[in-house]
Amino acid sequence: MDPFLKSILSTSFLFSVLRVATPIIFPALGVAISALSGSVNIALEGIMLVSAFTGVVVSAYTQNLWISLFSAILAGVFIALLLGYFSLKLKADIILAAIALNLFSSSITVFLLYIIAHDKGVSSSLKSLVFPSVKFAFLEKIPILSGIFNNQNILVYIAFLSVFVYYLIVFHTPLGLKIRAVGQNPEAASSVGVDVVKIKLYALILSGVFGALGGVYLSMGYVSWFGRDMTAGRGFIAIAASSIGGNLPLGTFFGSFLFGVVYALTNFLAPLNIPSEIIQVIPYIVTIIVLTFYSARVSKEKEVGEE
Amino acid sequence: MEKFVLKYFNLIRTIIAILIGFAVSVLILVIVSTSSIESIKYLFLGPFMSVSRIGNIVELATPIIFCGIAIAIPFQASQFNVGAEGTFFISAAFGTAFALIIQKLNLPGFIYIVLVLTFATLFGGFWGFIPGYLKARFKANMVVLTLMLNYAAYFLSIYLINYHFRDKSAGFLTSYRLPENIFLKQFVPNTRIHIGFLIAIASVFIAYYFLYHTTLGYEIRMVGFNFHFAKYSGIDVFKVIVLSSVIGGLFAGLGGMAEVMGIHRRFLWQSLPGYGWDGVVVAIIGKNNPILIMFASLFLAYLRIGGRVLNLLSDVPFEMVGVIESIIILLITAEAFLENVKYRITVKEAEKEVFKNGSLS
Repeated sequence: MDPFLKSILSTSFLFSVLRVATPIIFPALGVAISALSGSVNIALEGIMLVSAFTGVVVSAYTQNLWISLFSAILAGVFIALLLGYFSLKLKADIILAAIALNLFSSSITVFLLYIIAHDKGVSSSLKSLVFPSVKFAFLEKIPILSGIFNNQNILVYIAFLSVFVYYLIVFHTPLGLKIRAVGQNPEAASSVGVDVVKIKLYALILSGVFGALGGVYLSMGYVSWFGRDMTAGRGFIAIAASSIGGNLPLGTFFGSFLFGVVYALTNFLAPLNIPSEIIQVIPYIVTIIVLTFYSARVSKEKEVGEE
Repeated sequence: MEKFVLKYFNLIRTIIAILIGFAVSVLILVIVSTSSIESIKYLFLGPFMSVSRIGNIVELATPIIFCGIAIAIPFQASQFNVGAEGTFFISAAFGTAFALIIQKLNLPGFIYIVLVLTFATLFGGFWGFIPGYLKARFKANMVVLTLMLNYAAYFLSIYLINYHFRDKSAGFLTSYRLPENIFLKQFVPNTRIHIGFLIAIASVFIAYYFLYHTTLGYEIRMVGFNFHFAKYSGIDVFKVIVLSSVIGGLFAGLGGMAEVMGIHRRFLWQSLPGYGWDGVVVAIIGKNNPILIMFASLFLAYLRIGGRVLNLLSDVPFEMVGVIESIIILLITAEAFLENVKYRITVKEAEKEVFKNGSLS
């Protein structure tokens, strides 16, 4: 068999797909829940950055994973609340407010990193913690699955779990029902006594929690440090992933998984002597094409529905 | 007084937002800096301390003005096209490549300059056409499309320069140097202010005339003002969405090439310079009005140069400016910010009118 095909079909390839898909799954769920409530949160980039930074700094000072996780989530929710306050209460356009918050997050993290660690690039001088990898004894005996699923970072499994939690919240809680109602027809929801602003705010808070988990995974699992603008557009890719999946749990998961495959391919194609820029551009072109096809399909359905 | 406040309410609100931004920066400096008074002086007065620094403000404002216009035109149509960043970059890269390819023709300087600037401008228009068309035809999300296109533009440009036009003798990743007869002249001694700044100012007035005094400009603003009204009153929304993106792209492309020809004289960026995002900032501060965008760009450049002076001479990092910028934009975009003040003044004014006209009788 062709050595290239062999490396793609190996378990280590799928292992790395899950590894690189995780920091997209989390923010994609965050985008999805905000989109269901009717306002797309494009501030996930900023939320992830702030949480990634907070996690690293707090863990360096407390040496406690739980406290760092908790503070990182608080920090992410704080940014989401700011977005909610400005867009819902102060009537700012949510896209512009989110752009401002992304700028804010990118600047404040580097600013504080310099104040704390006297470095503007990475936090390697801070002794921060990472979340552990998990080894399941029962998986050991199964040949292929073990190679793919075993020994992943614990947050990778939490990402899977989050997809399920997202499903439960959206389809099996009163809050989920209200979020969907508000997103589909705010006037109707309001007329039966649903507080639209409050529900949208709750959706944004949840979106902050998912985004925060993504940020924590980046700086305390995927790598072991915080780096300037380390999200590298994942918060934006997440928008594409969730819209491919129609904001549904499994759809969003597969949208993110698709980007995981493309990213992992980028790494696995590297030895093939193709200029790295050409490989790196693939995920973005794929996003544009998929998004266009997806939007074309949805808008057609809508038009049919309108007739 | 109250009438004055009501008439210039938006302007006053913007100024108050900026003042709050300044107050926060003073507060941060007091907390963070070991010599706060000095630091405050560097931030606010630093940019005016020498001719070369004032020059720096104008130099930096030049690309921001171009990108601000590029963002404002689609924003006027309520199209959140944030593609100026990538358009600026890729037009500069392909423009540089084009200039190097036709170098052999030995064209007279003026024709050469015009030809290259035109090529880069049209390239920008082409790059703006992509999201415009995909949005208008397939209803794809404009923000996501343009964000992805920015990354695509970045990687394609770097590939083009590093693999095909790289100057291997330079010691760093950069394109070959452009021939001297294509340079845009730097015409103020001791600064790098170049002809591109004059082109930027001309672009401001062209864009202003276009938006407020032409039919297409009117249609663009109408689509932004009320999409459904525009659609049902017979405006070709498809055309407006595509053309607002294309025309925005033209300005970003022109700005990218002018920056290369006026300042660097070769394509030396290895990361996105961020002028497109600055364009979003100034478009917000300037309420998508090209003339106000020109002032907003100079203001932003002033703030940035202050930040650089601060970074250089004190213990406070440059990124503080980004924090201040974001606070200012948040307050300006927040429509309800100070709205109750306006409401109260309006009520008071109305009451006065009623009494004056004696309508009680």
